[in-house]
Amino acid sequence: MKKMAIIATKGTLDMAYPPFILASTAAALGYDVQVFFTFYGLQLLRKDLSDVKISPLANPAMPMPIPMPVMVQMLPGMETMATLMMKDKLKKKGVASLEELRALCLEADVKFIACQMTVDLFEFDKSDFIEQIEFGGAATFMEFAGDTDICLFV
Amino acid sequence: MQVDKELDARGLNCPLPILKTKKSLADMTSGQVLRVVSTDCGSVKDMQAFSNQTGNTLLSTQEAGGEYTFFLQKK
Repeated sequence: MKKMAIIATKGTLDMAYPPFILASTAAALGYDVQVFFTFYGLQLLRKDLSDVKISPLANPAMPMPIPMPVMVQMLPGMETMATLMMKDKLKKKGVASLEELRALCLEADVKFIACQMTVDLFEFDKSDFIEQIEFGGAATFMEFAGDTDICLFV
Repeated sequence: MQVDKELDARGLNCPLPILKTKKSLADMTSGQVLRVVSTDCGSVKDMQAFSNQTGNTLLSTQEAGGEYTFFLQKK
């Protein structure tokens, strides 16, 4: 069986998609898949994903309906507004929600590993995370990653 | 062509048509045919790639009025 390992390090809405899309698709194609979530990537393992947002700030490639100066992007509420607009667009275009993709990953036996060091570092409460995860470190990841056909850092 | 199961994947975008196809095939038996209808133009290439990698045969692909119809035979 082919194997794929992904390291997910980002906790924003846009950067949450690649690991979940690739993991669920690889699993559908018969791959044995593990995703190692570290640093901000751990936010993607929370039961509640409503805090996963996208910011137009320092993100010049983000398509905007109207040109928006950086000074405006800094205003309170802009992040929430950008997130709402993005989620609306995703839904309209038939793109799955993060919750749906994550559930599809779990259903397809994708293994999620949460970085224990990050949990300690940010003093995360483990009860905030979904139950279908394991906690581990770099060596845990390497044991699986060392034997994979595809290994990605997101 | 005899169709044993249908999947309506219209309105869904990558990777949902593939994921739902995989799920639909799961409870079918070898040799049965699944008909999938999609509106995602990217699924044309993806369905072929899915077939190549999983061994389920893509019997035919048809396009009409912005809808793509795939006939997949379960391995």
